[in-house]
Amino acid sequence: MAVIKLPESKVQQLKNICKSFNNDKGELINVLHKAQEIFGYLPAEVQEVVAKELNVSVAHVYGIVSFYSFFSMVPKGKFSISICLGTACYVRGAEKVLDEFRKQLNIQVGESTPDGRFSLSCLRCVGACGLAPVVMIGEKVYGRVAPEDVKGIINEYANL
Amino acid sequence: MELVKLTIDKKSVEVEKGTSILNAARKVGIEIPTLCYFNLEGMNIENKPGGCRICVVEVQGRRNLAPACATEVTEGMVVKTNSTRVLNARRTVMELILSDHPFDCLVCPKSGNCELQSLAHRLGIRDIPYQGEQSTYRKDTSPSIIRDVDKCILCRRCEMMCNDIQTVGALSAINRGFMAVVAPAFEMNLEKSPCTYCGQCVAVCPTGALTEVDNTRQVISALADPTKTVIVQTAPAVRAALGEEFGLEPGSLVTGKMVSALRELGFDYVFDTDFAADLTIMEEGSELLDRLTRYLSGDRNVRLPILTSCCPAWVNFFEHNFPELKDVPSTARSPQQMFGSIAKTYFAKKLGIDRNNLVVVSIMPCLAKKYECQRSEFLTDGNPDVDFSLSTRELANFIKLANIDFNSLPESDFDRPLGESTGAAVIFGTTGGVIEAAVRTAYELYTKKPLPRVDFEELRGLEGVRAATVNFDGLELRIGIAHGLGNARQLLEEVRDGKSQYHAIEIMACPGGCIGGGGQPLHHGDASILKARQKALYEEDRNKALRKSHENPYIIQLYEEFLGQPLSEMSHHLLHTQYFDKSTQIVIE
Ligand code: SF4
Ligand code: SF4
Ligand code: SF4
Ligand code: FES
Ligand code: FES
Repeated sequence: MAVIKLPESKVQQLKNICKSFNNDKGELINVLHKAQEIFGYLPAEVQEVVAKELNVSVAHVYGIVSFYSFFSMVPKGKFSISICLGTACYVRGAEKVLDEFRKQLNIQVGESTPDGRFSLSCLRCVGACGLAPVVMIGEKVYGRVAPEDVKGIINEYANL
Repeated sequence: MELVKLTIDKKSVEVEKGTSILNAARKVGIEIPTLCYFNLEGMNIENKPGGCRICVVEVQGRRNLAPACATEVTEGMVVKTNSTRVLNARRTVMELILSDHPFDCLVCPKSGNCELQSLAHRLGIRDIPYQGEQSTYRKDTSPSIIRDVDKCILCRRCEMMCNDIQTVGALSAINRGFMAVVAPAFEMNLEKSPCTYCGQCVAVCPTGALTEVDNTRQVISALADPTKTVIVQTAPAVRAALGEEFGLEPGSLVTGKMVSALRELGFDYVFDTDFAADLTIMEEGSELLDRLTRYLSGDRNVRLPILTSCCPAWVNFFEHNFPELKDVPSTARSPQQMFGSIAKTYFAKKLGIDRNNLVVVSIMPCLAKKYECQRSEFLTDGNPDVDFSLSTRELANFIKLANIDFNSLPESDFDRPLGESTGAAVIFGTTGGVIEAAVRTAYELYTKKPLPRVDFEELRGLEGVRAATVNFDGLELRIGIAHGLGNARQLLEEVRDGKSQYHAIEIMACPGGCIGGGGQPLHHGDASILKARQKALYEEDRNKALRKSHENPYIIQLYEEFLGQPLSEMSHHLLHTQYFDKSTQIVIE
């Protein structure tokens, strides 16, 4: 018997979310969105509970979670770095900026640094194309970011 | 029935409305190549994601090429399946698929039987213009199945089998783009997933991405070891399929040749799992009668219906999915395990050798048996009752490896005592067969009268769920049959909800039963092959002198000399087992 341990409050919250969608398997994506909103990410245990409640296989739930880049299985860092890969940002070199963040932090998109301080994700157009390429850290927006700026940006958070 | 007329490659054809271009073309002998498409006709098993686009054709008046497997015919349609445009597109699709596929054919276990390989050959692919990085994944080895998903082409046939047909849900398509693949949740090992090892995903995978664990080398070493006596048992469904690997017609019975081949391979005794199937009937049939008579005399604590327990994938399925019902199935072990435990006690004693020097090999149509023989309940001081289980496919390869010309072998008979069997045992290999065998024996034991007829046509067929009533001299015995785990789930849910109307239910995990097992020669979606194998087993039954398990003289002798009676203490110890809760529980901290 495989056992998965979760605090009661979490299980109850998840059950309520599923219930608010009538435990309908067709609502899986919406349930996951809601769950991520509440927990910040979707660890395996959360996916197990959702699978049970909606009566689908956990493999299927994981299939959905791993397909969409907006779902994450690791907790967001204290400072969550998002890089816009919308068209305008992309043509102005957002990918190089992203590569630099990956190199500096030594993590991939969707991951967090081992100390839990930074996490990395990508976004579609955030509506600030005039400032492309755009990077967001928490609520703060950085515009016209070049790969050379990345180190300095990270350092701003070093002592926070 | 509405008919639609169309033209394919200048041939006119009339088909039922709703037919795909692919099937319409087949009707006039045009075989459009396919890859992701899979259809076991008449058995409700179909995979039609329309994803690979190998089957594209040109439809007059349409701008884009259409996938033939997923496009319905319309009145007056004009289709070209071999225009230059089609051929070029098909080649490009194939080259793209191959650009992310390892070039391992020389050492791939699927080589010679791989649909991707034959297609590359058929399309005349001579080089791969798009070469770049290839996606790579960790290889995953379980007791029965190897996942080498570098070779996955994402046809999703396995996903369809595991989810829609078996309702196990161990596999799903995950990730996207370049890293997309089919895998268990969280990319965990299959062994950690709810996989039952039915092997149906392996049976439909067109490539070498899913294959069985090959135990042939271990068997060869055992055969070469002078200190070991090596014996072999062959499951009923093997004899009805093995010939296909040697070019014989599906449904050719090769029992006698198979026995000769095993002798030539060097086995000291060639025995028959059918012997153990007769033994299973003695135990399972007695258990059925025991529960039934207790129920009829007013005991409301007995668990009815009784469920058969001879299929290890089915056992895995209820251990994972219906643990609350784990005292409902019969406790009788599968024939493979009954054979092993009798061989390593009764037969080892007869030979006067230690069980550690007796190696028991089984030839099975089944991949779940590889896992089953490793279950800890079936080991004595670390020594397994069955040492190695080979699939029908592995045996065929072994015979070829040993330079044996199978088709010109003479026919010979199994050895005694563990090679003698009745017709009731041989039909264990098909859906409906186990319960028919049980009914033949239970009837005579219950009524103390000879059966008026031995053949129970009402229990036969390939329908996924079947029901029949058999009259036991006034007692109407209600019987349910399911094959394929999705069908089994239906009957199990009724049992769980207290709504089951049956006294006894037979369940086999594989569609068709063991004739369609995960270790059988690949049918590549041809359902007529399953039908031919089924027919062959009923034919062998008909030709047997004895057709009821309790008439097998060597079974009678086994009880007299060793076991005492069915359900005796000795029988319980050697022939029965217990089940475990393997479900995933969410526990509150
Ligand atoms: S062996 Fe059966 S249960 Fe396991 S993954 Fe394959 S189809 Fe699913
Ligand atoms: S593992 Fe095999 S059957 Fe499954 S999607 Fe990949 S190629 Fe297809
Ligand atoms: S039906 Fe037969 S071949 Fe299939 S898993 Fe069960 S025992 Fe094995
Ligand atoms: S594309 Fe980046 S803000 Fe619009
Ligand atoms: S065979 Fe038709 S799309 Fe794959």
